[in-house]
Amino acid sequence: MLINVPDTVVADALRGMAATHPELTVDVEGRVIVRRDAPVAGKVALVSGGGSGHEPLHGGFVGTGMLDAACPGEVFTSPVPHQMVKAAAAVDSGQGVLFVVKNYTGDVLNFDMAMELAEDEGVRVAKVLVDDDVAVTDSTHTAGRRGTGATLFVEKIAGAAAEEGAPLERVEAIARQVNASSRSFGVALSACSTPAKGGPTFALPDGELELGVGIHGEPGRERRPMMTSREIADFSVDAVLEDLRPTNPVLLLVGGAGATPLLELYGFAAEVHRVLAERGVPVLRSLVGNYVTSLDMAGCAVTLCQADEELLRLWDAPVRTPALRWGL
Amino acid sequence: MSGTASASNSDPSPARAHPDAGSGGGPDEGLDAAFFLRWLAAVAAAVDREADHLTELDAAIGDADHGSNLRRGFTAVATALDADPPGTPGAVLALAGRQLISTVGGASGPLYGTLLRRTGKELGDARRVSVAELGAALRAGVAAVAQLGGSAPGDKTMLDALVPGADALGAPDAAGDPFGAARAAAEEGARATEALRARKGRASYLGERSVGHLDPGASSSALLFATLAEVAR
Repeated sequence: MLINVPDTVVADALRGMAATHPELTVDVEGRVIVRRDAPVAGKVALVSGGGSGHEPLHGGFVGTGMLDAACPGEVFTSPVPHQMVKAAAAVDSGQGVLFVVKNYTGDVLNFDMAMELAEDEGVRVAKVLVDDDVAVTDSTHTAGRRGTGATLFVEKIAGAAAEEGAPLERVEAIARQVNASSRSFGVALSACSTPAKGGPTFALPDGELELGVGIHGEPGRERRPMMTSREIADFSVDAVLEDLRPTNPVLLLVGGAGATPLLELYGFAAEVHRVLAERGVPVLRSLVGNYVTSLDMAGCAVTLCQADEELLRLWDAPVRTPALRWGL
Repeated sequence: MSGTASASNSDPSPARAHPDAGSGGGPDEGLDAAFFLRWLAAVAAAVDREADHLTELDAAIGDADHGSNLRRGFTAVATALDADPPGTPGAVLALAGRQLISTVGGASGPLYGTLLRRTGKELGDARRVSVAELGAALRAGVAAVAQLGGSAPGDKTMLDALVPGADALGAPDAAGDPFGAARAAAEEGARATEALRARKGRASYLGERSVGHLDPGASSSALLFATLAEVAR
């Protein structure tokens, strides 16, 4: 691994963010990344965060038209409440703050504690949970669906609404609509290795893949012998469509898990477009690349978000962040 | 102290049973702040010693960081208590809980933090507490963990060790050696998680595949009672 020592991986990356992106204020000690012009007068602020290891999520999405602040935790470990309280205080213009929280037990507990503490300090806070991963059955027997690729759609689209001056209730409603309209399915071709462990966090033999893998290498639905890009696309898109059953055209994210080359991802994207065309689902916009990653895992994920005219307009609105940038 | 002490407990007479009530009950009786400082130092040492093992358990059904996260948290607890040791048992536990919440992250930070904070709060500002009072306070702390995590014993979580441990500590028949009984009960509870299917946390995604593995949270929770028994000896 390209690191110094495991203990400083997150701090080292934050120092790199600070050096690379002068448009961001990076508190390396306090572990908060804030857009430099925050608080933006009259604007609802978006704060997200989660374990590190999914870069560019979330710090790479801080900027105009998306997040106002991000709170990175240790690798694959949710941030602590004080980070979100600090972030909320730094970005609140008086119009309130929306927490975007991926549905994992740790993230939910820490953001809930932060919400109480921030409200004690007079900040109005709303929360949206992202839970788009169809590989997990949402039942009382699990912690519920995991938050994965839809996080990008929620942060971009709700961020655009906030940038336009929508009030907190409206930004929250849009964020919920985007989450409810989105589903994902991911596949691992190799396990990921955390710096602390120094090796793979699960055993995935060569020549096998994990269908429905989570973004921390959590197991999915089943393990199978290696499949072709075409077969993976068929399986993944059908898994998403079976659950989403879209009546509107969709926004498409073909996400890389971190270690899969763009050459392969674009080939996979071609197969995804083919399946969607065969299933009669029109694609309004698509994005291919490493956005919600799992360290050095090889693999891919399909996220669909069915979009009405309003969501499409907000998706197309200008955005300027380290990882996502158009129209500005 | 309130009636919440019985929330997680099936024992009909929890808070009123004082195993050491007949031993005088004077101002020098009971557990003082120094005892709780020794306990938390012992927990920090045990977590440090067992961190790799806990992480291995977590790698099997979670995300391979339970040991390193708890080590970071309890190291911070030990440092804070060393720097400015509080004068009452309740204050020691409350400070430790706050440290865990602000340094661990993940689910275990808020859950362990809440356990210690709530237990400390139940003990109030008494300078000394009886074993029964500690048992009752711990049960209130465990109930708070159950509420925060939305879980119950049998879900393959830390509660599977915490509930039997805290119950045994205050049970009347444990009057001879309540700490030893609590340790045994917690360790048995942790061992029994091997046969359970996870219904909470990241291990729940595994479904049936979580059976056959010890729960890392229950295993670390058993360490709390093991160190308590060591310090009490």
